[in-house]
Amino acid sequence: MTISPDVETFAFTPDNEAEARAHIAKYPAGRQASAVLPLLDLAQAQHGGWLPRAALDYVAAFLEMPQIRVYEVATFYDMFNTEPTAPCQVRICTTTPCWLCGSEAIVAAVESALGCKVGENTADGRFYLREFECLGACANAPMMWIDDDFYEDLTPETATAVVEALKRGEQPKPGPQNGRNGAMPIGGKTSLLEF
Amino acid sequence: MLHDRDRIFTDIYGERGSGLVEAQARGDYDGFKDLILRGREAIVEEVKRSDLRGRGGAGFPTGLKWSFMPKQTDGGPIYLVVNADESEPGTCKDREIMRHEPHKLIEGCVLAGVGMGCTAGYIYIRGEFIREAEALQRALDEAYDAGFLGKDIAGSGFDFELYLHRGAGAYICGEETGLIESLEGKKGQPRLKPPFPAMVGLYGRPSTVNNVETIAVVPTILRRGADWFADLGREKNTGTKLFCISGHVNQPCTVEEEMGIPLKELLEKHCGGVRGGWNNLKAVIPGGSSVPLIPRSICDDVLMDFDSLKNVQSGLGTAAVTVMDESTDVIKAICRLSKFYMHESCGQCTPCREGTGWLWRVMTRLVEGRARSEEIDMLYDVTKEIEGHTICALGDAAAWPVQGLIRHFRPEIEARIRAQQDEAQLAAAG
Repeated sequence: MTISPDVETFAFTPDNEAEARAHIAKYPAGRQASAVLPLLDLAQAQHGGWLPRAALDYVAAFLEMPQIRVYEVATFYDMFNTEPTAPCQVRICTTTPCWLCGSEAIVAAVESALGCKVGENTADGRFYLREFECLGACANAPMMWIDDDFYEDLTPETATAVVEALKRGEQPKPGPQNGRNGAMPIGGKTSLLEF
Repeated sequence: MLHDRDRIFTDIYGERGSGLVEAQARGDYDGFKDLILRGREAIVEEVKRSDLRGRGGAGFPTGLKWSFMPKQTDGGPIYLVVNADESEPGTCKDREIMRHEPHKLIEGCVLAGVGMGCTAGYIYIRGEFIREAEALQRALDEAYDAGFLGKDIAGSGFDFELYLHRGAGAYICGEETGLIESLEGKKGQPRLKPPFPAMVGLYGRPSTVNNVETIAVVPTILRRGADWFADLGREKNTGTKLFCISGHVNQPCTVEEEMGIPLKELLEKHCGGVRGGWNNLKAVIPGGSSVPLIPRSICDDVLMDFDSLKNVQSGLGTAAVTVMDESTDVIKAICRLSKFYMHESCGQCTPCREGTGWLWRVMTRLVEGRARSEEIDMLYDVTKEIEGHTICALGDAAAWPVQGLIRHFRPEIEARIRAQQDEAQLAAAG
């Protein structure tokens, strides 16, 4: 993994700086390095979905950490992108529970809808498509994670519909796409009937 | 079958609201002050007597773990760390607690805090659970506003701060010392033990790491008594358990059941049965991706608890049940798990860093049958070189699914190799 330059300088917006300080306040004095994950998350969101080197260095200075420690962290965790990427990230879970429920067909449908392959950006630079490891919604497999939301219980048709809606600039309804309530059995409850 | 009156998570599907008012209507925080005032020894004793075992995978007795925390302190901070990094493939139970019953977790954190003399707690939630983190943060804010967190909780005189910390996508941070490293702002690479976290944990201070479900059941155990909990399930495998069932069942779901429920009953009562009927079942991974799969012959009558599944060389793990019907390419299913472990190995220990890659590469060839049958034994040997030779259990977790596959489906692997050889010969013969 590489760390890319892009902008020369980076600084939090006033709102993000206030949020960063609120994160730091959760940890004991002198332990501000604990806030590195939330601060990188803030910086990444502010910079359109990825972290240029200037942002890493800014976070390091903000937390009084050696820069190399921040680089280590930024390249260790899957949710940080250290190379330019598209602002909207479409991540399809393909680990075994989702694979058993047809994630290969979901990948194919989304590739077709976006017109790009896994690991690529769309031609218009709006979407980045990637496979992701288990996202912890296995009773609602197959699923994908876009922006802040999970889209679950997908079929190739509903996955396509979600992506098409996003392409039109709409916000599709997150959660199960088959009308199901959370992780309840689709046929209705088998427990908690007295409640 | 478990009666509704014995269920702990009475709103696991989020039908009645996750807010404080709704939670209190369901009984959360009922007699909270009195529970806190029972004090450290009484709380640990009750949890011990309940025989509660950790719900995160290892099944270690919770009361015993709590009792390892130092009784004499130097007045410095002592930490509870809640492992909400739910990342084990197949597992999606803590998610339901955090988004639908967050106050059970918060109340449990306070009571665990009393039980271990903690001054503060951190809930480490996986970064991908963005909406779940929002729900949990709302609940934390409500609890602070109601005086159920912070100074002099519920007028008891007990002080305890509780914070939410979001991860950023790394399975290894579900390992308790990897989690602590990550919480300290580093790569999530597990620490050598000893020293154990109870002595040297977060920021070098005494700490205990517990799973979300473990902590969330504690208030109900204290309220209803250890005897009530221990009467459910079987000896040393007591209480209720959230099962999350995925894969080839008609109705995948998350459901709370009694520990020790027969697997077949679990799938047929709550999941609408195996797709195509019980006889269409090929194998089940009964406790998350790390535990070896079991074939139908074992599934027929195995009970879902720690010791029953251990007796069939598998494990209850996180009680994440992944079902595979006869249409499944079981070699490919396990191969995908090998890819997962290769991706998630933190790279610290050579047997795991290199070995998980070897497992995946050989598994990839086995999927296609491009191998010699001796290589099955070689693959098994590789798993044995990894297992037990690493700092943390990720190496074991990578090894066990492959071992389970070889143990139960060797004829299928061999048949695929033969078929590929036959095909190659035919092609050569032109």
